Amino acid sequence: MTEDIRAIIKEHGRLAVDVKTLKDDADLYAAGLTSHASVNLMLALESKFDVEFPERMLKRKSFESVAAIHAAIAELLKEKG
Amino acid sequence: MSTPQATDAQKQYLQALLDKGLLFETGVDGLYGRSEVFERVVQKFDALVSKYGGKDGAEVLRFPPAIARKSFEQSEYLKSFPQLAGTIHSFMGNEKDHQALLAHVEKGEDWMGGQKPTDVVMTPAACYPTYPLMAKRGPFPKDGRLLDVQSYCFRHEPSLDPARMQLFRMREYIRMGSPEQVMAFREQWLERGKQLMGSLGVPLNIDVANDPFFGRAGKMLAVNQRDQGLKFELLIPITSVEKPTACLSFNYHQDHFGLLWPLRTHDGKVAHTACVGFGLERVALALFKHHGLDVSAWPAPVKKELEL
Repeated sequence: MTEDIRAIIKEHGRLAVDVKTLKDDADLYAAGLTSHASVNLMLALESKFDVEFPERMLKRKSFESVAAIHAAIAELLKEKG
Repeated sequence: MSTPQATDAQKQYLQALLDKGLLFETGVDGLYGRSEVFERVVQKFDALVSKYGGKDGAEVLRFPPAIARKSFEQSEYLKSFPQLAGTIHSFMGNEKDHQALLAHVEKGEDWMGGQKPTDVVMTPAACYPTYPLMAKRGPFPKDGRLLDVQSYCFRHEPSLDPARMQLFRMREYIRMGSPEQVMAFREQWLERGKQLMGSLGVPLNIDVANDPFFGRAGKMLAVNQRDQGLKFELLIPITSVEKPTACLSFNYHQDHFGLLWPLRTHDGKVAHTACVGFGLERVALALFKHHGLDVSAWPAPVKKELEL
């Protein structure tokens, strides 16, 4: 799943650096992720994993790192069953 | 995301303004004529803003209340506020089309379907025409840019709340430069704004805020905006103490517009931008609410401050 997430970040995150150089816990906002790009990232993640981020997850923290996104998606997939 | 229903207090205040002849109905909610007295208050307040900000040496720019459609598209306004935008359409047909148009109108049928989009879009916020202009001028001087604009703005949110007009005036100072320059500007105006409005004898407080972004993506943008403290509003109770009205706003766009246009600082970096906006009609409405509909009976210090 992490590789899929990284691919989506690469495509939609418009980061200032190559996502390959970032660790899983690196701050994506510090790496250049803007608010608008994080929205695109969210929509791409939803379509890839066929989930919908509920309102409680529509916050900055949910998308702050590869690890945070991984945790959020894992939680949504688990809820989906 | 739709326009909130007007409360009874809002409707009553609108009726009082109409009865007093300060505003005039046009048949469309949120679209009003202004009386001489109402205009005088707006103009005097506008002048008071200049008294506070005029010494900073801002470049004064005035635009009609519309921008080029191309600039509008580039601004990505549609990503955030598609529900508020107003596009201008015109008849572009031949004589036959003209006859059909008149027949539709005469029969009370839909005649708008044949209208074609022009290259003009209503200005959504007074600062929007400045970004393409500043981008065209190239990298900023070392001090960045400081601009002074005032324009009618359009937002499609018909309402009987007089403080939610579809066409209203916004005065703005806009700062473009390094993050430090831009943040210093916003801090300065937060203080000035409090002082300026405090001198007019209205109750106020400042609070963190968010723009009315559209949809689920908008929810996220709004939360982001709040989390990062990007928008503050100076609120004055007009028709509700619990839900006071934003009369001034202090907005830090970070590098959002800098990346879009693009805007560059003197050393080639992506510029940050911020603006302070004064809702001129809203301030006038707050003054009429707190000091009464009869300007001659306003407190002497307020009249003196506004030179009324």
